[in-house]
Amino acid sequence: MNLLDVSGLTTAFMTGRGEVNAIEDVSFSLKEGEILGIVGESGSGKSVTALTIMDLLPKPPARVAAGEVTFNGERLTGLSDRQMQQVRGPGISMIFQEPMTSLNPVFSIGDQIMETIAAHERLSQADLRRRAITMLDKVGIPSASRRLDDYPHQMSGGQRQRVMIAMALACNPKLLIADEPTTALDVTIQAQILDLLMDLRDEFGMGVIIITHNMGVIAETADRVLVMYAGRVIEEAPVATIFDRPMHPYTRGLLECVPSLTEDKPRLVAIPGTLPEPARRPPGCRFGPRCAHALPSCAAAIPPLETLEPAHAAACFRAKELAPA
Amino acid sequence: MTTPLIEATALSKHFEVGGGGLFGLRKPATLKAVDEVSFTIKAGETLGLVGESGCGKSTLGRLLLRLIEPTSGRVAFDGNEITGIGRMEMRGFRRSMQIIFQDPYGALNPRMSVEDIIAEPLLIHGARMNAETRGKVAQMLEKVGLPARALDRFPHEFSGGQRQRIGIARALVLHPRLIVCDEAVSALDVSVQAQIVNLLQDLQREMGLTYLFIAHDLSVVRHISDRVAVMYLGKMVEVADKATIYAAPLHPYTQALIAAVPAQHPAQRSRGKRQRIVGDIPSALNPPSGCRFHTRCPHVMPVCRETAPPLRTTAPGHQVACHLIDP
Amino acid sequence: MSEAAPDAEAIAHKREHPVRATLRRLFHHRLFVTGLVLFGIIAIIAAAAPWITDVDPQRLSMRNKFLSPSETWLFGTDNFGRSLWSRVVWGAQLSMIIGASVVALNAVFGTLIGAAAGYFRKLDNALMRVNDALMAFPAILLAIAVTSVLGPSTLNVILALSIVYIPRTARIVRSSVIVLREMEYVQAAVAAGAGHWRILRHHILPNAMAPMIVQLSFLFAYAVLSEATLSFLGVGAVPPTPTWGNIMAEGRDFMREAPWIITIPGVMLMITVMGLNLLGDGLRDVLDPRLRIQQ
Repeated sequence: MNLLDVSGLTTAFMTGRGEVNAIEDVSFSLKEGEILGIVGESGSGKSVTALTIMDLLPKPPARVAAGEVTFNGERLTGLSDRQMQQVRGPGISMIFQEPMTSLNPVFSIGDQIMETIAAHERLSQADLRRRAITMLDKVGIPSASRRLDDYPHQMSGGQRQRVMIAMALACNPKLLIADEPTTALDVTIQAQILDLLMDLRDEFGMGVIIITHNMGVIAETADRVLVMYAGRVIEEAPVATIFDRPMHPYTRGLLECVPSLTEDKPRLVAIPGTLPEPARRPPGCRFGPRCAHALPSCAAAIPPLETLEPAHAAACFRAKELAPA
Repeated sequence: MTTPLIEATALSKHFEVGGGGLFGLRKPATLKAVDEVSFTIKAGETLGLVGESGCGKSTLGRLLLRLIEPTSGRVAFDGNEITGIGRMEMRGFRRSMQIIFQDPYGALNPRMSVEDIIAEPLLIHGARMNAETRGKVAQMLEKVGLPARALDRFPHEFSGGQRQRIGIARALVLHPRLIVCDEAVSALDVSVQAQIVNLLQDLQREMGLTYLFIAHDLSVVRHISDRVAVMYLGKMVEVADKATIYAAPLHPYTQALIAAVPAQHPAQRSRGKRQRIVGDIPSALNPPSGCRFHTRCPHVMPVCRETAPPLRTTAPGHQVACHLIDP
Repeated sequence: MSEAAPDAEAIAHKREHPVRATLRRLFHHRLFVTGLVLFGIIAIIAAAAPWITDVDPQRLSMRNKFLSPSETWLFGTDNFGRSLWSRVVWGAQLSMIIGASVVALNAVFGTLIGAAAGYFRKLDNALMRVNDALMAFPAILLAIAVTSVLGPSTLNVILALSIVYIPRTARIVRSSVIVLREMEYVQAAVAAGAGHWRILRHHILPNAMAPMIVQLSFLFAYAVLSEATLSFLGVGAVPPTPTWGNIMAEGRDFMREAPWIITIPGVMLMITVMGLNLLGDGLRDVLDPRLRIQQ
């Protein structure tokens, strides 16, 4: 059984120009202990996907227009706020990009971790404290028992992200969603946090969804990859396949346009044009106007996500034809 | 030897932080954002400047342009000292040195049209808003890859990449010689980032520009630079040409920085394979004594805690500040 | 450059000029329109005072005293038999004049002081300490103190209220100037060699206008309200000049036998203040980008 099944998920937002789908027909699944990377640029819908699963979007303006989320055999779509609160924490928990604003500045980090645990488990104050110290220790905060009473402003950005991870894992969730967990961090700290996430996955065996715009973070962490563009999943494959045999022209472009750390390239292969705003997406294939291989027929219909080889799906009318032999 | 286009000598910027309090009784702390940094950039060259947050790279870029005044040290542009010269005299130099910013949203005045934004530097230097000026603006706009009908639009009508093009046009309209690119592509989506990197390189070739390219992304810096300088907590720790510094970095911090860059293919995953530096970047307000990297350095020696290593030349064009390296 | 072509597509159709877009958003804002209508009614009545009143508001007519509102006496008469309609309408004019004058003085001096303090760091401390000292007094006490020193008159009420409110306006301008001073487009102008005057005029003041306009609309309401308070307390415009405040002060003694004397100017005051507050809220929603929902 899959830990998480998302099928046909469509989330719409009410805007000044009418209702706009932030994500459309997003489907994927995740097994226990697996790390799924969701990669995309701004407006791709990667964060909206995570927030829809967590049911954290303000409604209105957001609305789940279609599709459903099944977690651990239980259908999450349509659960009441109260029922959903029971899922968040021990079931699914989430960490965010900005460790600065994700912690409450007026409470000590110990209080915040203990509060999270106390919301789901009845434990004595001493037990809560012990658990919080264990968690801080696990996420690599040195001398955890002394740091428990520190306030967020006394910690560096990297340490705050560690505290966020400790809070997210305090109730032993089966699924952790990390939304751009290292984007605000320096590169040496990013490496530490990514290592930590992988170590914790090995130790606790939870499923992990890492959302990022950075192909390097995907290469470092993911088992399987979902590539999103303008609200839709355009390719899905195991991580090595995505890097070795990308089938969608956008995925290929995304891999080619980043400069290399070891090789000299005379010129970067840029993807022309700009990312479409959600309210003004082109008809047919959303990547069409920026695609070097687009045919007039690409604008006629949205290409479906088709499985082209085992465990590898892409949403491109010309994927087979263009695939390297 | 030809004179470098820009030369910084023992440049420092210290900020007083805190201080004041009731009746000004609280003593301010000193933040050494940039501490005795010296370097040169030759005409037509790109110097990449990398480092993590709080290392002072942005401050250094602004010191070069005298957007902030240095606490001590000197800057010479094309052999002429520009530190301490008067406002009017400085204005002459301003034509030749410009800056491109990171934030495509905050860098353009939301209440000015694109034409007014790009024309402003010309107007400041005595031009009138006439056919000639409009012609120059339109030409510049085309050069950065935007259509002429963008002229009467306002910044909010453009995407991040397009705004960055407008910012580049504004910086280039005076035909400067030196451009400080302060994280100029960092805020852009990768697919757009490549367009802007290509544009910057095309313009450099076409207009003979010299770049100080400040960024935290090591692969972009490698792609665009001729030489690379690494800063840590206000100090320059290593400078070398890019081939050397990426293939054979000498300073333990440079090594750690390169090792921390995520792999470009899952087969090269670094977890467990490459050495990680531990700990966090110390606060610049209270930097470690001696070598500022000693708290995180895997090769730390007693001497590192006491004396700060000077930046020494180890090979032609390669300078390192580390006690491990004998010149 | 081949890469430009699709970029060009993305800006193919012309959008509105920002000023027009702002106006369009304002006129679609229900609260703003309600506020504008309420305030507009009072403002039109005030402006039309000479044409819509036929009786001198100061003409006494003892045999007509305490007449309740009727066809001949629209708002009734007061204890001296003066037409309350005339008095309230002329009072509205005085309120509008005082409100507008205080707003104008604030716009000029608040901006000058605030911009100087925010932009030139050296002036900041001196200007802001004087400001703090003035703001340390409760507003109405300071206004009373000033009018009692200068003597009660319409002009002195305007001066007193300006002295009370300019420090508050200056503080708001200063805080937006401090934020704007650090914007990168200001840095870019400095890098291009722009002088202080150009930077203030082109980059800082136009962008500081939005919070300023919001503040001034609320200030108008405070000024009208404070003027009424001062007149009510007897330190405002000198009777028999009618103001809402002194009409209410006189009507207070006859609340039982002639409740309309105190009620009608009170309702007018309420409509004005409510209208201005709605107007200000609408302006703030539309002009303050921090509150605007990104679409």
